[in-house]
Amino acid sequence: MRSKVVLGRMLKNRQARYGMIAFVALVLLAYVGPFVGPYDWTDKDFLSFLVPPGGDHWWGTTTIGQDMYALTLRGMQKSIVIGVLTALIATTLAAIVGAFAGYFGGWIDKALMWGVDLLLVLPSFLVIAIISPRLKESSWLWFVVLLAVFTWMITSRVVRSMTLSLREREYVQAAVYMGIPRWKIILKHIVPNLSSLLIIDYTLNVSGAVIGEAALSFFGFGIQPPEVSLGTLIAEGARNATGYPWLFAFPAGLLVLLVLSINLIGDGLRDALDPGSNS
Amino acid sequence: MSPILEVNDLTVTFPGGIQAVRGVSYQVSRGEVLGIVGESGSGKSVTSLAVMGLLPRNAVVSGSVKLHGKELLGMDEGDLVKVRGKAISMIFQDPLSAFTPVYTIGNQLAEAVRIHQKVGKDAAAKKAVELLDLVGIPHPAIRAKSFPHEFSGGMRQRAMIAMAIANDPDLLICDEPTTALDVTIQAQILEVLKTAQQETGAGIVMITHDLGVVAGMADRVMVMYAGKPVEEGAVDDIYYRPRMPYTMGLLASIPRVDGAEGPLVPIEGNPPSPKNLPTGCPFAPRCPMRVDACEEEEPPLVAIGGDRHVACIRSREIEHKNLTGQDVFPTPVIEHAPIERVPREQRTTVLELENLIRHYPLMKGAVFKRRVGTVHAVDGISFDIVEGETLALVGESGCGKTTTLQQIMQLQPPQDGRIVVLGKDSSKLDKGTRKALRRDLQIVFQDPMAALDPRMPVSDIIAEPLRAHGHKDTDAKVKELLELVGLSATDGDRYPQHFSGGQRQRIGIARALALEPKLLVLDEPVSALDVSIQAGVINLLEDLKGRLGLSYLFVAHDLAVVRHLADRVAVMYLGRIAELGSVDRVYDHPAHPYTQALLSAIPLPDPEMERTRKRILLEGDLPSPADPPSGCRFRTRCPKFARLSEHERTRCVEEEPVVIRLANAGDHGAACHYAEEIEVITASDDQEEQ
Repeated sequence: MRSKVVLGRMLKNRQARYGMIAFVALVLLAYVGPFVGPYDWTDKDFLSFLVPPGGDHWWGTTTIGQDMYALTLRGMQKSIVIGVLTALIATTLAAIVGAFAGYFGGWIDKALMWGVDLLLVLPSFLVIAIISPRLKESSWLWFVVLLAVFTWMITSRVVRSMTLSLREREYVQAAVYMGIPRWKIILKHIVPNLSSLLIIDYTLNVSGAVIGEAALSFFGFGIQPPEVSLGTLIAEGARNATGYPWLFAFPAGLLVLLVLSINLIGDGLRDALDPGSNS
Repeated sequence: MSPILEVNDLTVTFPGGIQAVRGVSYQVSRGEVLGIVGESGSGKSVTSLAVMGLLPRNAVVSGSVKLHGKELLGMDEGDLVKVRGKAISMIFQDPLSAFTPVYTIGNQLAEAVRIHQKVGKDAAAKKAVELLDLVGIPHPAIRAKSFPHEFSGGMRQRAMIAMAIANDPDLLICDEPTTALDVTIQAQILEVLKTAQQETGAGIVMITHDLGVVAGMADRVMVMYAGKPVEEGAVDDIYYRPRMPYTMGLLASIPRVDGAEGPLVPIEGNPPSPKNLPTGCPFAPRCPMRVDACEEEEPPLVAIGGDRHVACIRSREIEHKNLTGQDVFPTPVIEHAPIERVPREQRTTVLELENLIRHYPLMKGAVFKRRVGTVHAVDGISFDIVEGETLALVGESGCGKTTTLQQIMQLQPPQDGRIVVLGKDSSKLDKGTRKALRRDLQIVFQDPMAALDPRMPVSDIIAEPLRAHGHKDTDAKVKELLELVGLSATDGDRYPQHFSGGQRQRIGIARALALEPKLLVLDEPVSALDVSIQAGVINLLEDLKGRLGLSYLFVAHDLAVVRHLADRVAVMYLGRIAELGSVDRVYDHPAHPYTQALLSAIPLPDPEMERTRKRILLEGDLPSPADPPSGCRFRTRCPKFARLSEHERTRCVEEEPVVIRLANAGDHGAACHYAEEIEVITASDDQEEQ
């Protein structure tokens, strides 16, 4: 079976193996870690402000006595969720828009690609920076949607060009001659045959979204307090990074580890699914 | 005379224990043509790549390859480069990818000359033009400045041959040199190869799956199966006195253009996978003459008199009883539907085309597209198919067969003319009727690999049309269909890539039959299959037609297959029908010069006949359908036109001929002003006996 072969090839790839181990460990840390720690992320310890790591507070505390361990893990949870959701929306959107544009062609193709081009020329960072303060009151999920809207375009162009060649395949033609509706052909025959591209794209989008979220939150445009993410934590810690390095080092270090592990998985997947590429 | 090339006990193993070649030995002398015949996966191409030292690094090669007594295996790359292209040249199957697209043909030829000979640029360029002239390219001095994409497939293959003989090689290895080409072009190329051989006196190793090509070219033949030679000998011995059941089966299973109609002799089963070969004779599982001893030990290739070698423990017995493939392999009995006995006029028409036209605009310009011409893909063709009948549409690539077929399958109003499927005009269909009509009109594609979605299990693939037309419970029907096409009902859970080519084509047929159609369109259904598999699928199609009362529209370029399967045949040339009639009439008494050339170009698997046959060779290539000649489209290549007087020719130039029923025949018409029946294929011996 193909999926077995791919899995085998991926496990043979050392980088991908380490990436997977690291990613699983980080996810476990984010979700199981808080139960192990002595403090909740909302707790404030008024007896210890800015305590360095060690003793009761494993990773130290903040200026207002929050436990860095609990806080960082909470932030990482958010970052992972945002990354996974954003990538999911972006990849789905890319697959659907690209496949429809490529399969139908004509004016549908022109209109969809025009939309893609428009989104590509818009400065995404600026647009999100302008819109996101207006969403302060509403759920952070809107922020996910905003991030996703500006990530899918390049992939959808790739999907479109691959669809152009797929739709000439005989099994797609066979489906047309069987009288199967066209939207069903796209979902049943075209999108599944692009799955290797989409899987790779998905993993790379996750790390992109995690970084994007962190960057926006760093400037105060992303996740809004009292909610925390790695980005907001890094922003706050950066101010005191020299004097109280634990405020900065833990969230920043975890962000690097997280993105690195996802990228390793993505590269490993690409090598496993597409043995021709050596880059 | 010492041989040029000596190969001894050559083996090639790929990682994962895949034994592609398992002990091949042969010699080629000067001026000799050795044919290596085998099905895909038999190791014939790998053998020649190993000789050239062109295998990937992870292949393990052992044995010995000696050129003029000098060992080539293990020679370092620098010395090998001097041998390659100088002493040994290779001609590849695909002439498109064998040239660099960014340099002119002349440049590339000159480069080949200058690599191995110390000559100046001018001299090399002159030599390139001479070589192009030698292989029969018109206006060689001008054409040398053309780029590869400006050459047609046949011309590229000629240029490839020119490049191969540029340095007077001692040995030419031709790997399926004509497989990608049309028959009339194939005939031209084979002639060029013969000239090239006379010119250089080189030995030739001819690798092919086409037993007809080998019959006409080779002096000696080696038959390979599962990485080993199973029979070797002079060409006449192999063809007339095969001593190994595989060779016998292969020869019996080829449809012959001069052969009788009726079922073919199939070889059951599939070639073994090189990963897990059986312990005994690799052919034993498919062999009708198998005895227990066959499975104990693999028989070695032993000499049996003269220059012959056979790897079969029962070869003496075969020789003694003088058995042939027809005696040994069981021939299936195929029943015919009762409808076939009803006269044609009384049956209902299932498909009717009337003056169908499909033109494509030729656009130019990046921003503002303007129309610069018209491609006349299909230019007014008419035919009809009645119930229980098979009509074959034959012609070379680019003649408009596929476009015709797409026009029919799309069920959309045509540009001009009429398509009537089961009494319903395609221009008057609404959405619901069109979908309903699709039930009765199904298609089987050429490439069984591409026609099945690799991500769906077989049961889903077959159930797809059923579900699309609102059937809920499909399991029972899928099982029934799998058994109908000769697969097992438990195969439904597996994926297409687990099946061999022939089995995949059976899955494609099962899918097409799911909705119980009345008309099945077959788009080259067997051209991608190996000979031994092909016969089984042809028999299946014939059997299904008899049992289910189907009608077939059969599109093919292989005239031999058509003779076996079709009742009527329509020969297409450049978007028009050249000749139309019953198979017997058209094949035995072709009246259109194009049909005559086409039939005479087909190589027969019969060395004696190949040697004595006179071919009608056509000049040049198919004209572009964007700019077809005035009047009769065939006149630019027509051998008859060349013989006509000036006065007679004007009619061909000015007036376009239409298909006219020939006066003395029943169901036979030709689109030629000067149609004249001649016999191109002499009936073979066994037919005369009947």
